[in-house]
Amino acid sequence: MDAKLIPTATQTAGPFFHFGLLRPEWADLTDGGKAKGDKIVLEGRVTDGDGAPLSDAIVEIWHANAAGKYAHPEDAQDKPFDPHFRGFGRAFTDKDGVYRFTTVKPGAVPGRGNALQAPHIAMSIAARGLLHHLFTRVYFVGEGLNASDPVLATVEDTARQRTLIAAPNGKANGATVWRFDVVLQGKGETVFFDF
Amino acid sequence: MTEIREYNHERAGGQPSNDWPAYTSTIKRHPQRQPVALKQTLTEITGPTFTSGWTGPEATDLTKQHKGEPLGERMILAGRVLDEDGRPVPNTLVEIWQANAAGRYAHASDTHPAPLDPNFTGRGHMVTNEKGEYRFLSIIPGAYPWRNTYNAWRGKHVHFSVFGPAFATRVITQMYFPGDPLLEFDPIYNSVPDEAARKRMISRYDPNLSEAEWALGYRFDIVLRGRHATPAGL
Repeated sequence: MDAKLIPTATQTAGPFFHFGLLRPEWADLTDGGKAKGDKIVLEGRVTDGDGAPLSDAIVEIWHANAAGKYAHPEDAQDKPFDPHFRGFGRAFTDKDGVYRFTTVKPGAVPGRGNALQAPHIAMSIAARGLLHHLFTRVYFVGEGLNASDPVLATVEDTARQRTLIAAPNGKANGATVWRFDVVLQGKGETVFFDF
Repeated sequence: MTEIREYNHERAGGQPSNDWPAYTSTIKRHPQRQPVALKQTLTEITGPTFTSGWTGPEATDLTKQHKGEPLGERMILAGRVLDEDGRPVPNTLVEIWQANAAGRYAHASDTHPAPLDPNFTGRGHMVTNEKGEYRFLSIIPGAYPWRNTYNAWRGKHVHFSVFGPAFATRVITQMYFPGDPLLEFDPIYNSVPDEAARKRMISRYDPNLSEAEWALGYRFDIVLRGRHATPAGL
């Protein structure tokens, strides 16, 4: 490693970011329904150490398309690129701490070496009171690949592992709703990753 | 076989800890458990892409978003997005937001009794060019009180959101101004342990960037995590 410059540190987004980062169209990753794959809604509540909802959080997600390919030049896999799927979403939590995305269920993507990762969504959470955004991952309950996923395997405590797994919660406009709550602190604290 | 060229890990002391009670909003919001170490995969080394020219000129001139001109000192705010090795990061989205010259945000939750400016929203965004450069025209934001502790004031700052080439390089930060006496007392600024890393968040007055009879120039480079030179297969 031959790094020379000091990286810029993060700071909190504060409570007044809404007008600056407003991109309501980014909460729909399907390009108005044109993206290929099973449409899903990903939603959940973000809460603090008292169980109180965060009404001022920014949730961002990044994931592969339904075929398991990222819309990024470094994904060299021989899988179909979907011109209607960019893979990135942003949503703010509302007064009840709830965020909501419309997207497609991602396909499996490769891990390191010859490993295959279970379908998952990368998530980051920024807010007033967070000096550094938090990284977590959303997996889907019932996926056969969950049992062999190399990242899930690093979380040995099964109760903690469950904080990474979304569960189906009904349907909305024909799409399965997947519920993924984020607990920042204390009982049921979500697993956050460092990488 | 997937080869991954990892992004460098964050340096000790170079980033704030979320467990920082001097900033009271962290007390109920910081995770109590250590984060789990994750070996970067294709998920972490990829991220949203943006194309140049994606934003229009109205998004980079914050003084022309309304009928009249905002009050305050005009400021040219320019810089580059770089990686740790000094290489430019092109085609990445830079978003900024800030208070007006009186220290008031155009946000319904801001109750500071300073005047709103009908000619200033305080929002801008642009995609960096091939040299990693960005440039905004704005006004210098005012300092403002906040309720962290009794009689606490935040130094002048501009909020920045930058993506970089990967999900791993995402940065949300704040840019401060040189010589601001409030920084010494600001628990958000002082949450970064390393002094050199703190100073990285302070912009530099650049007389060559200033334009005569028009606007002051402040330069602020943003440095994102660099990358390992060689890929790791396993």
